[in-house]
Amino acid sequence: MKRFKDVEHLLRLAVFFLAGLLVFAIARAELVPESFGKLGHYRANAIDDVRARPIAYAGQAACAQCHSDVVDLRAQARHKGIACESCHGPLATHAADPGQMTPKLPDARPLCVHCHAANTGKTKRYPTVDIKEHAGDESCISCHKPHNPKLS
Amino acid sequence: MDTSRRDFLILGSKMFVMTSVAASAFEHVLAGTPEAAATYNTADHWWAMVIDIEKCVGSGHCVKACKLENGVIDEPYYFRTWVERYHVDPLDMDHPKVDSPNGGIDGFPETYPDSTTTGKTFFVPKLCNHCVDSPCTQVCPVGATFRTNDGVVLIDKDYCLGCRYCVQACPYGCRYIDPRTNTADKCTLCYHRITKGLQPACCETCPTGARQLADLKNPKDPVHEFLRTHQIQVLKPQMATGAKIYYSGLDGSVR
Repeated sequence: MKRFKDVEHLLRLAVFFLAGLLVFAIARAELVPESFGKLGHYRANAIDDVRARPIAYAGQAACAQCHSDVVDLRAQARHKGIACESCHGPLATHAADPGQMTPKLPDARPLCVHCHAANTGKTKRYPTVDIKEHAGDESCISCHKPHNPKLS
Repeated sequence: MDTSRRDFLILGSKMFVMTSVAASAFEHVLAGTPEAAATYNTADHWWAMVIDIEKCVGSGHCVKACKLENGVIDEPYYFRTWVERYHVDPLDMDHPKVDSPNGGIDGFPETYPDSTTTGKTFFVPKLCNHCVDSPCTQVCPVGATFRTNDGVVLIDKDYCLGCRYCVQACPYGCRYIDPRTNTADKCTLCYHRITKGLQPACCETCPTGARQLADLKNPKDPVHEFLRTHQIQVLKPQMATGAKIYYSGLDGSVR
């Protein structure tokens, strides 16, 4: 048994190591958030947090479910590619419960101007006008119907 | 033995620290990459966006929709997407004039009077490029920003320290610090919408169809036809970020 004569200092060291390991394990379990490292060096649950955000824009399909008459009218006009909410604004609350929230009619002129004011950045084939010269202070919808803007 | 008790303890502590680091690293190796979602499977998608410069008229509807959809603070200088107007003078092609009044949210009322005769003007919508090898995710010291398996770069707002490293790292200037939470913020490609089968708010409201969401893993996505038939560029390809906002008709002067 001469071999284990000086074993005492080794035991003391082992206790020291084990205590350190325990502190590390507890600290790690406390500090590292749940699901961290599951998919990579990040909190996997953060993806669900981002996904949990409620939508504000219902999407064209939701509008078309009830307002197919307007969608059909628009489908024959130049504005066929534009989604309803592009002009009418975010209406997910209206789509979820039409009785609860009635959309306000948008102010037409600023909306029209955003796209159709003459601006050199726009391609030649894109229909633009010099607003002042074209309409003065008259509202666009006095002549043009937004869903079918061509004058008949 | 010459080793004193003191030296031995110091050496022992060093070994302890190093083994614990190795142990935690190995834990990551063991963790693997399981899938969490029930209906939406991240492995089936690879999201990107296609922007057709020739179609953009600078209406700013995307900027407005983005702010309303994502609750972006309604002040100038905070944008998840914005539209820049470039004006290139033929006598000084290397130095285009760029403006973006309030991110282009109300369009571009001022015009370049001389540009009908000389030079050219065009609009460049910008947003997070959702890079494959993003510098922003690489510099984050805590793992609060990351790329998902379906190719979208997201921010963990609960875990972000607000240290601003990522804001500096992004070569495209797409990140900002949200003053309400003091954490980093940027475009999520409307992750809460695209995972439900909806379009991002900017693509939904784009009046000319200049912005198109693309799922490159979906063989039926019309984007494949578009990519085949158009000349595609990304912003700052020399940065090798793996940017996934694909521009068609992008001028060489765009930075």
